[in-house]
Amino acid sequence: MTQLPAQSKKKLGLVIDLDTCVGCHGCVTSCKGWNTQNYGEPLSDIDAYGADPSGTFLNRVFSYEVEAPNKPAQTVHFPKSCLHCEDAPCVTVCPTGASYKREEDGIVLVNEDRCMGCGLCAWACPYGARELDFMSGIMKKCTLCVDRIYNENIPEEDRVPACVRTCPSNARHFGDLGDPDSDVSKLVAERGGIDLMPEQGTKPVNKYLPPRLKDTLDSAPPKPLESVSEEPKGWLGWLDRALEALPGSNGKAEDK
Amino acid sequence: MHPAPSVIIFTSLSGLGFGLFAWLGLGIPDVYGWSSFAVFFIAYALSVGGLLASVFHLANKKNVIYSFSQWRTSWLSREGVMAVITLLTFAPFAIGRIFLGIDLAIFGYVGSILALITVFVTSMIYTQLKAVPRWNMPLTPVLFLLYAVSGGALMTGEQRVAGFLIAILTLVQIAAWVLGDARFTGSGTDKGSATGLGGLGKVRVFESAHTSRNYILDEMVHVIGRRHATKLRTIAALTIGLFPVVLLLMLPVGHVTSLTALASHIVGVFISRWLFFAEAEHVVGLYYSRG
Repeated sequence: MTQLPAQSKKKLGLVIDLDTCVGCHGCVTSCKGWNTQNYGEPLSDIDAYGADPSGTFLNRVFSYEVEAPNKPAQTVHFPKSCLHCEDAPCVTVCPTGASYKREEDGIVLVNEDRCMGCGLCAWACPYGARELDFMSGIMKKCTLCVDRIYNENIPEEDRVPACVRTCPSNARHFGDLGDPDSDVSKLVAERGGIDLMPEQGTKPVNKYLPPRLKDTLDSAPPKPLESVSEEPKGWLGWLDRALEALPGSNGKAEDK
Repeated sequence: MHPAPSVIIFTSLSGLGFGLFAWLGLGIPDVYGWSSFAVFFIAYALSVGGLLASVFHLANKKNVIYSFSQWRTSWLSREGVMAVITLLTFAPFAIGRIFLGIDLAIFGYVGSILALITVFVTSMIYTQLKAVPRWNMPLTPVLFLLYAVSGGALMTGEQRVAGFLIAILTLVQIAAWVLGDARFTGSGTDKGSATGLGGLGKVRVFESAHTSRNYILDEMVHVIGRRHATKLRTIAALTIGLFPVVLLLMLPVGHVTSLTALASHIVGVFISRWLFFAEAEHVVGLYYSRG
């Protein structure tokens, strides 16, 4: 039902490292693949091979430039999916009871048999994490790969969300953010993990690790090398001019 | 936000319909028989018609029945429940007046209160959304209620009362536009907080996540027509308010005056409701917008 659970002890979620993400969109593709071939309505594409293709995705990667005064701009790749908020506004607005937050692990899900496709949950989400599928008319969102993480039919190393499993730069981490001793919680504490739009009051479970500060030189830069491009003088200078004057050399001498 | 015709028609018509019900329940106008049938027909047609229009907004209509279930948390669910209760409460009142020539006043009074609650609940569907700062202010429900009672008064033929209410409505609408303009920057949400990178410096979009449009852009990042907003606001203020007020308060009472004012007012209601959606900026736009 659309009442939020008092407090889910376990808070499964993702920690995304903006320092190591290379913006390859591998997580976008593996997410689309898994969530089209498995639980729920497939993530459809419209005009996939035509001039104006569009489609439903649960995870998308933006790229931003950040520029501090008097410093070069820095590129930051920014994957964005459902943050499985503790105070999820998308859940409470749902009129049909299709949207719910699980008490046992805090995952926010959509019951596709009840969704009427009104779109109000997508309006309520400040992050743009929910997309209404054009073909099925059903609201789609990140399930945290609920059909992988508890799935005993797949090898243990695969029991993480598809995006985490596929990330080649190890920028995505999955775990229990409600447990202060979990690897992900330690990572967040160590790297100063942050919430997106904290002022919206959604209390996201997913955290983002900000890019590490750029290195700065801690001593004076080394003296530049002596210039070697001066015009030769003396005997070498005479030789240079003499050879230049002979026919057959490149450039000006030939033209004369 | 995308100004979908279905939601514009829904909020405009059902607002007018329930606004008319609020007056009818008080016995204004105090009519029976065929005259009563006419006014109740208009009230039911507007409110039910508006609700039906809202169904066209749904992408998966077969599950619409479940929308009455989550009234504990969802304003949209409450809207459905309240609308049905209000329409049912008015049924004995209307039947009494039309067919039996009796005034079951208690149903009317209760119904009037329920009609106003229904309009309030409709407005809360939008007011509750923190992600749309322009809607997320106390003036939004006040505005919806004023639209309903002034439009309703106009339809009952209470010319002077309607003129007075419409004058207040126009001032509140202008105030809502002006205050609404400052809401987005006042919300404290910007590109820096959206990406969490604001502490490092100025954040710019380098590359969007997708090259074509998608549901999020179509639904929540509507920018078409905003450049005409000032002109449309002026036209709306004239047609909702100034023109009807002049007619209603300065001309002698009569059907022609009332109907002309009503026609102008309804045009204005549709324009201002289009602006209500088209001008509303959703914070998700920050992930996409340049600058």
